[in-house]
Amino acid sequence: MSVPATTVWLAQHELRLFWREWVSLLTAGRTRRMTGFVIGALVFLGLLHLLAFSIIAPLAVTGIAPDKQTLVAVAGGLFLALTTMISQAMDAVTKAFYARGDLDLILSSPAPTGRVFALRMVAIAVSTTALTLAIGGPFINALALFDGPKWFAAYGVVVALGALSTALATMLTIVLFRTLGPKLTRAISQVVSAVIGAAFVIGVQVAAIVSIGSYARLAFLTSQPVTDMAPDPASPLWWPARAVMGDPWALALLMALGCGALAAVIRTQAAGFGDYVIAASGVDATGTRRGGGVRFGRVSTKGALRRKEWLALRRDPWLMSESLMQILYLVPPALLLWLNFAGKVGSLLILVPIMVMAGGQLAGGLAWLAISGEDAPELVGTAPVPVSAIVAAKIEAVLGAIALIFAPLLLGLALAAPKFALVAMLGIAVSAFSAIMIQIWFRAQVSRRRFRNRQTSSKVATLAEALSSISWAGTAALAASGTWFAAGAGIMAVLTLGAAWAMSPSRSLSTYATS
Amino acid sequence: MSLNTPALEIRGLVKRFKTPAVDGLDLTVRPGEFYALLGPNGAGKTTSLKIVTGLLRPDAGSVSVYGIDALADPVAAKRLVAWVPDEPMIYDKLTPYEYLQFVAGLWGVEPKLAEARARELIGWLGLEPHGQERCQGFSRGMRQKVALAGALVHDPLLLVLDEPLTGLDAGSARQVKEVLAARRAEGVAVVMTTHILEVAERMAERIGVIHKGRLIAEGTLDELRGHAGQSETSLEDIFLQLLAQESDAA
Repeated sequence: MSVPATTVWLAQHELRLFWREWVSLLTAGRTRRMTGFVIGALVFLGLLHLLAFSIIAPLAVTGIAPDKQTLVAVAGGLFLALTTMISQAMDAVTKAFYARGDLDLILSSPAPTGRVFALRMVAIAVSTTALTLAIGGPFINALALFDGPKWFAAYGVVVALGALSTALATMLTIVLFRTLGPKLTRAISQVVSAVIGAAFVIGVQVAAIVSIGSYARLAFLTSQPVTDMAPDPASPLWWPARAVMGDPWALALLMALGCGALAAVIRTQAAGFGDYVIAASGVDATGTRRGGGVRFGRVSTKGALRRKEWLALRRDPWLMSESLMQILYLVPPALLLWLNFAGKVGSLLILVPIMVMAGGQLAGGLAWLAISGEDAPELVGTAPVPVSAIVAAKIEAVLGAIALIFAPLLLGLALAAPKFALVAMLGIAVSAFSAIMIQIWFRAQVSRRRFRNRQTSSKVATLAEALSSISWAGTAALAASGTWFAAGAGIMAVLTLGAAWAMSPSRSLSTYATS
Repeated sequence: MSLNTPALEIRGLVKRFKTPAVDGLDLTVRPGEFYALLGPNGAGKTTSLKIVTGLLRPDAGSVSVYGIDALADPVAAKRLVAWVPDEPMIYDKLTPYEYLQFVAGLWGVEPKLAEARARELIGWLGLEPHGQERCQGFSRGMRQKVALAGALVHDPLLLVLDEPLTGLDAGSARQVKEVLAARRAEGVAVVMTTHILEVAERMAERIGVIHKGRLIAEGTLDELRGHAGQSETSLEDIFLQLLAQESDAA
């Protein structure tokens, strides 16, 4: 055993916690599921490799030359990875500031806090890198297989980006902390991290819609106008892309930049980390946020429940940003609607499945908050109302929020293409209702704070929710285009729901009150 | 309901998880009576009370609240009952007034009456300075008091409390005890579990001792002393002696 409070000793402690939390996250606390998870992960990786091979093989038939078009596409992919990694790292850094966990123990011990936080920053870099490699690895392997081992250098680039993104995320969070203070930083940094994560994808999509009138991002990146505007292949701006393609000097430079930035941030900031945590710890303890004046008006039981759900969501900026962030992805379709409002009505068909899909996904998240994330289940369970009324009120609260969010877009669509709007409205309602029912069937009482990890409590529920949304989106798209194939997609959606119900642990609503 | 109708009547209650948690429990509480349910950890106290409040379904037995079959008509029974769990469950994002407004809405209390009761309870429990603050930064004691106010705002006839004094400071504990005594004086039946035996000794009219899901002794403090064969001994001694006897018998 190592000597207490040394870096190695602390690293062992952090590693053990990380491993146990990871296992618990993946198995939802049931270790028996681990074998199933390992098999599932291997199958997933296998399928991802097949997908990567099928995409890369045709591109690599004649070899991939480092021309401008390739460099733009690779740089675009790298930038996407970097923004996603900064977003993940920023989220993790914010958690490190605010999550109390074992920090009270650590800060009250004589162990050097700088050492602890240095290790935590390295851990954030490692986990950010690992997550990106889990998705990107199969594509790197495919490129190496079909175009030569030089592409393995991309692994090094991801490591460098992991370190760089952690350094940038830490500095960004510290700047927010110093300028906005601990109270605002938690909410704002969550929003900033989500915006950073989504900005590039949405930005490229918006650019694609404006310039080529389509959703296709890759087609936009490799289009002639973009290639023409890009710098010369000899420009140093392409070094990161060249590093991915096996240039050893570019790779070394990128590694030095990433690891150097992380080392510099750790050296200059780790010692002060404890001060930020202490400042952040006062945020919840003060609790002086005031509510509005209370008027005891006549309200039905359902009304009381609906009002409580909306109030709890409205007053939690973090949950608001988390659940409503999906609306950011509605910006491109809204833009498409705007651009085609007076002209090509047919092109608006694409909006129907996107809105139906978004409606289902958003409803699933909100339903999870209202049902599994109920803070006082025993209070609600002991209320003198039928269980069905409680569930109905929660369904109404979620559907009401969905209606509020989608109404403006549906109204705009109705003015341009009434038939599409009608189909989209029905599709959103059915897709949202299906997602809510899945959440009811698979409910599990957990803290609302676990919103981000809600998928881990039931893989079946997550899969069913996604399949249901996709199937209803397909049904709506086919129905809007006037084909009877819509019935087939609809049957698939119903079968998905039936299968989810059959596999659910609680098949009736009446067990809501039991714990 | 007649004056002779028990506030709570439990007969042959059984609830098994992996092993029996409640094993043929019989218990009767009269209107206006303060009943303390004692027992070691894992004796089945909370499970029994959760069945009474409709949060768990028993495997066998019956529960009636003021003559209403709580298993056949849970909604009617719930109108008369309030439950305060050991871990106060309130909403961080609501203020105490908003919480009481929500609870009043769930129980369908007349708005004017609810508002008056809310103000009275908030004042009574010393929460007035924090009445318009969100509960997210409240201490455990304050949260417990908000939960208790929620339980009282709909004027229940049967108050079921699981360890309501845990974590309260002396002042808060006294406030809560005064509120409970006042409610009992108004005719409300109170069933309370507690590990603080002095509280049971001082406040309860009758005390039940539960062990391994069964009621092993019940009565007034004097009756329990007689049961233990020691006339001047404390409830703590009686309680420990009863448990020791049960263990020896097993």
